[in-house]
Amino acid sequence: MFRKIAISAVSALGLMTGVGLAAEGGAHIEDVPFSFEGPFGTYDEHQLQRGLQVFTEVCSACHGLKMVPLRALSDEGGPRLPEDQVRAYAKNFTITDKDTGEDRDRLPTDNFPANVDAGAPDLSLMAKARAGFHGPYGLGINQLLHGIGGPEYIVNLLHGYTGADKDEAGTTFYENPIFSTGWIKMPPPLADGQVEFADGSPNDVKHMAEDVAAFLMWSAEPKLNARKDTGFKAVLFLILLASLLYLTNKRLWADVKGKKIH
Amino acid sequence: MAGIPHDHYEPKPGIQTWLHKRLPIVSVAYDTLFIPTPKNLNWMWIWGIVLAFCLGLQIVTGIVLAMHYTPHVDFAFKSVEHIMRDVNGGYMLRYIHANGASLFFFAVYLHIFRGLYYGSYKAPREVTWIIGMLIYLAMMATGFMGYVLPWGQMSFWGATVITGLFGAIPGIGPTIQEWLLGGPAVDNATLNRFFSLHYLLPFVIAGLVALHIWAFHSTGNNNPTGVEVRRTSKEEAAKDTLPFWPYFVIKDLFALAVVLAIFFAVVAFMPNFLGHPDNYIEANPLSTPAHIVPEWYFLPFYAILRAFTADVWIVQLVHFVTFGIIDAKFFGVLAMFGAIAVMALVPWLDTSSVRSGKYRPKFKAWFWLLAIDFVVLMWVGAMPTEGIYPYISLIASTYWFAYFLIIMPLLGVLEKPLPQPATIEEDFKSHYAAPAE
Repeated sequence: MFRKIAISAVSALGLMTGVGLAAEGGAHIEDVPFSFEGPFGTYDEHQLQRGLQVFTEVCSACHGLKMVPLRALSDEGGPRLPEDQVRAYAKNFTITDKDTGEDRDRLPTDNFPANVDAGAPDLSLMAKARAGFHGPYGLGINQLLHGIGGPEYIVNLLHGYTGADKDEAGTTFYENPIFSTGWIKMPPPLADGQVEFADGSPNDVKHMAEDVAAFLMWSAEPKLNARKDTGFKAVLFLILLASLLYLTNKRLWADVKGKKIH
Repeated sequence: MAGIPHDHYEPKPGIQTWLHKRLPIVSVAYDTLFIPTPKNLNWMWIWGIVLAFCLGLQIVTGIVLAMHYTPHVDFAFKSVEHIMRDVNGGYMLRYIHANGASLFFFAVYLHIFRGLYYGSYKAPREVTWIIGMLIYLAMMATGFMGYVLPWGQMSFWGATVITGLFGAIPGIGPTIQEWLLGGPAVDNATLNRFFSLHYLLPFVIAGLVALHIWAFHSTGNNNPTGVEVRRTSKEEAAKDTLPFWPYFVIKDLFALAVVLAIFFAVVAFMPNFLGHPDNYIEANPLSTPAHIVPEWYFLPFYAILRAFTADVWIVQLVHFVTFGIIDAKFFGVLAMFGAIAVMALVPWLDTSSVRSGKYRPKFKAWFWLLAIDFVVLMWVGAMPTEGIYPYISLIASTYWFAYFLIIMPLLGVLEKPLPQPATIEEDFKSHYAAPAE
């Protein structure tokens, strides 16, 4: 009897989760099979390195990544750049030293710079700040299958431009049905062949968009690999513990219950 | 009301007697641990342990998080990211704490609906029920203020909307709102006091939980039949009950391990599933999100709040009768708090002579409709207020009130209950053949 309520409650939880959802724009988001999805999915460090390159050569012109420490680029479960490369990379950016008040090159212990000159949003958490999937009926059940869809939103947005634009009060807007209002201030940032990858990976818009989306997912959730690893151990341990407790409980009650009639 | 007769702690001469005469703490622990518990409790009686565990989990993870968190509008969002990126294991701590709140509410809703089905609120357990409702209210306040602390967009705008409810009170409303916020709008003063209260309230809850347990240990547990444990003698009581340790402790721990396995799967593999993406955008007082949605566990009552708009006839009637003092906004606030109040009053609204819903054929149908109603309210609470959704909210909200205020009182009079077992022992024996001696 009460199984029913448990079922309805569980489905309620399923329902509710959709909650985050209704907010975004209307266009359909295509799922992208990222390597880091699913319980066992992890980041592909080569993809993260390519994504870092796209970010550095394209996105960073207008966008900041202020929450992300540069040293994290060599962390396990990240792009895993060698430390000397990280040190060299950090020198691309300057910072006003807090102690001396003078400008100096950035060190791995500093963060990526913030970049507000163009009025573009910071991308540190962008991949977690958007939901690609909402349905059906705002229930969010498809998030269970595809994930919340932040990186997918980024990929779809980056090649979602229709090519139309309009001028309003001195600002140019580009038509992009993935964006909540349908018109976005950001000009189409990527063009086929724009970034040359050292390993010769495909550099059409679709692949570059996926690489940079994966990189932004890492910058938003740098501990994803470690989290899943810890969780896997925790679940395994708890299943073992539950099994032992089940047997203990069964044996304990056997003397009281005897055989079940119905 | 006398408790169920059972063996008590007998201090041995020496240190035990010495302590017992000064502080009978061992005796209290003994009586708590070995309390006679109806032997026919089913699996819906495990949520109490899950809830106690949740409270402990939230307090422990919360205390550690507070060591790394900064309650200031300029640093709160950053300090949460600091926890996620720099603090050892910080990402697990924060995800456990955030999802722990969801588990807490998930368990409390099953616990409450268990009580509603089996009549656990009925005499002599009204005080247990009322304390439980106070715990639920304190949980809601704690959960709401905790959600404000990361200082994301939903934190900020959720705080703005919810404190705005108090502003709807006629006359003194705006003053109360300003007093709550510590200023004219949600700002640093608000964040500071919410942090302080978010740290305080769990300990208030812990105190209330102690009272809740004390109360039902005084009356004895309810059970699926709703039939009381016989308590004329120790021998008779022993036929209906088993000691809490080890029988129910082991059973509850097994259930807890299963629940936690699922919980940790959520924490590890989909930690943001129950959250809102907008809360990964730092709070910005100049930019309102397209839809302001509370956490899932508040949605049923949020739906009731929004259901009573100015075009509903009862709202217009009340508006007219009160000479405009109760407008649509205030009506919605009253409805929301009223929805919890009618639930708290159910011991006096239920007129049935039978306690357990198991023996109430008509009640069952209405009860399950209420459970579905709750889920519908939760779903519609997350939907925009356009199209068909406002009508669904209104119908579902109306049923919520009708169930408690009309259906419950009438059912007790109109319904013919089924025969109940005479004793818990009889019920238990109808399910299990006692083992061969």
